[in-house]
Amino acid sequence: MSPLMMVRRIGFYVVIAVLMAFFAIPMLWLASAPFDSKPGLGLRWPDWTLDNVKTTFEHPYALTSLWNSLVICVVATVITASFAALAAYALSRVRIPGRDLMLYVLLLLSSVVTGTAAMVPIFVMMFQLGLINSQFGTALVIAGGMLPAAIFILKDFVDSVPRSYEESARVFGASPFQVLTHVVLPVARPGIATILVWAFVNAWGNFLLPFLLIREVGKQPGAVLLRTLQDEGGSANLTVIPVFSLLYSIPVVVLYVLVNKRYGFRFHGGIKS
Amino acid sequence: MAGIDVRALSTVYPNGVRAVDGLDLEIVDGEFFALLGPSGCGKTTLLRTIAGLEQASSGQVVIGGADVTGVDPGKRKVAMVFQDYALFPHMTVAENIGYPLRVRGESKARQREVAEETSGGLSLAGLLDRRPGQLSGGQQQRVALARAIAMDAGVLLLDEPLSNLDARLRLEARTFLKRLQRELGLTTVFVTHDQAEALALADRIAVMESGKIRQLGSPREVFQRPANTFVANFIGSTPMNLLDAVVRGGFVEVAGARLTLPPGISLADGTPVTAGIRPEYLTAGSGEGITGVVSTVENLGVSSLVTIECPGDALVGLTVPEQYEPEIGTTVTAAPEPGRLLVFDEAGLLLGEAKVAP
Repeated sequence: MSPLMMVRRIGFYVVIAVLMAFFAIPMLWLASAPFDSKPGLGLRWPDWTLDNVKTTFEHPYALTSLWNSLVICVVATVITASFAALAAYALSRVRIPGRDLMLYVLLLLSSVVTGTAAMVPIFVMMFQLGLINSQFGTALVIAGGMLPAAIFILKDFVDSVPRSYEESARVFGASPFQVLTHVVLPVARPGIATILVWAFVNAWGNFLLPFLLIREVGKQPGAVLLRTLQDEGGSANLTVIPVFSLLYSIPVVVLYVLVNKRYGFRFHGGIKS
Repeated sequence: MAGIDVRALSTVYPNGVRAVDGLDLEIVDGEFFALLGPSGCGKTTLLRTIAGLEQASSGQVVIGGADVTGVDPGKRKVAMVFQDYALFPHMTVAENIGYPLRVRGESKARQREVAEETSGGLSLAGLLDRRPGQLSGGQQQRVALARAIAMDAGVLLLDEPLSNLDARLRLEARTFLKRLQRELGLTTVFVTHDQAEALALADRIAVMESGKIRQLGSPREVFQRPANTFVANFIGSTPMNLLDAVVRGGFVEVAGARLTLPPGISLADGTPVTAGIRPEYLTAGSGEGITGVVSTVENLGVSSLVTIECPGDALVGLTVPEQYEPEIGTTVTAAPEPGRLLVFDEAGLLLGEAKVAP
């Protein structure tokens, strides 16, 4: 190996190592800080203790907020996945003039609808509907924002289900509902699993909408509460934040593992011989 | 068991294409029937209209004596095998075969029982717990057939049943399909663009072009006495010789030769016609025949297709047995076998009686 090659190789690995560290250090912090007697913002070998966990569990809002997150996310995810599945099926199978344009416009606007631009109108609308401080209302708005993208992604999956599957089922006497539940949904299952995870993760991390629409601390989800975890002096409460962050990240990981195990993110089928 | 009666049926697509155009057709109970034609002739649309997957624009479809024109596909008692077989990838073979029973709400045990019964006759017994993706093309086709049979319908529709198989398997499947149809005695309609397939399988063939039937008859009739030049061109693995000719004094003058006009045809001198004869019905020899110079010889295995150039730039093909291949450049006289010369009028319709040699 020539010296030039050597330098190149070393340079390459240095770059990789820096990039890796960028992602790994926060993870390591998440693993060590919760169990450190004096957690800081730096990374160090912890002085093991469970006191932080105890403090967090005793925090008046920490666990409730995680429960709130779960409620909002499950509602938003279920609404998104079920409505997107039905809409994607319809849009994939029925010829509507201007369908593609409609989908693109929806997709474009969806980032506006739940985004910062529409913050004020959304607040006013929800206020007039009396849905401020309502977790269900917040979940509805979040689902509304996710639906266009979910429909867009799922439509692609449904498009790839051959029509002959459905026609075949129809010839055997299946009703439209049977066609959907026996054939289309199972075949599009990896797509729906993807949407489930995607919607849940999106809703779980959503800060702006619950922050706007839920003013009562006891009803706020984890993402909003995290911001308010401060000590009396106004600086970040480092005894609660690390444990809370760890707890906050668990559901997403569990969901990934579960969905992957139960449905798999890939197509059913075997090796073509 | 049921016959199919199609009356003045038209199917028009939303874009205005008349895929099936005022078509009448009667398929008797237990018949093995082929819809044959080039792509885009409306044969698949006709099949799908019979199945109820396309809505008839006008006319009637009668199956087993009942008018089913406006009836849902599932209520027509029609089973169908799709070109891609449409096996459900998330179900096992047994679940696929039992699916028609599942729709009717029969028990799981009964579904399995029927799947086992049906699959036995189709040599699928050991494969019931596999998924369709783990089967070969031929096995997939048999699963699709088993599923259609398990439906216990009166009519079986097959859309291009052999087109997804490779050439070797296709021949096996053809024999298999013919035997299966005979054993079941099920009224079977299949669509194909392959004339050899239609000739080999069907009891009767409807040759279609642009939504209409151009000829309806047994494979023998369609092969020996095509009703028009379209059918003459379409049927036969080697294309039929169709040559411009003129009638003169009881003879057909074609490519510099005079051939005796077939009996039962009397035309005025100077009438332009088209003379048609299959390469298989021409023999190299002497006597009355078309004479030309050999330009190409194509080996077909047991025979060879010889193309001769005749006066007036006409190209005539004839088949010769493998041991009698002429040299290129030699002169050959191609003599039609008696009764095999066909004469079509200017509109392309066959002249003379429609009688078929035994």
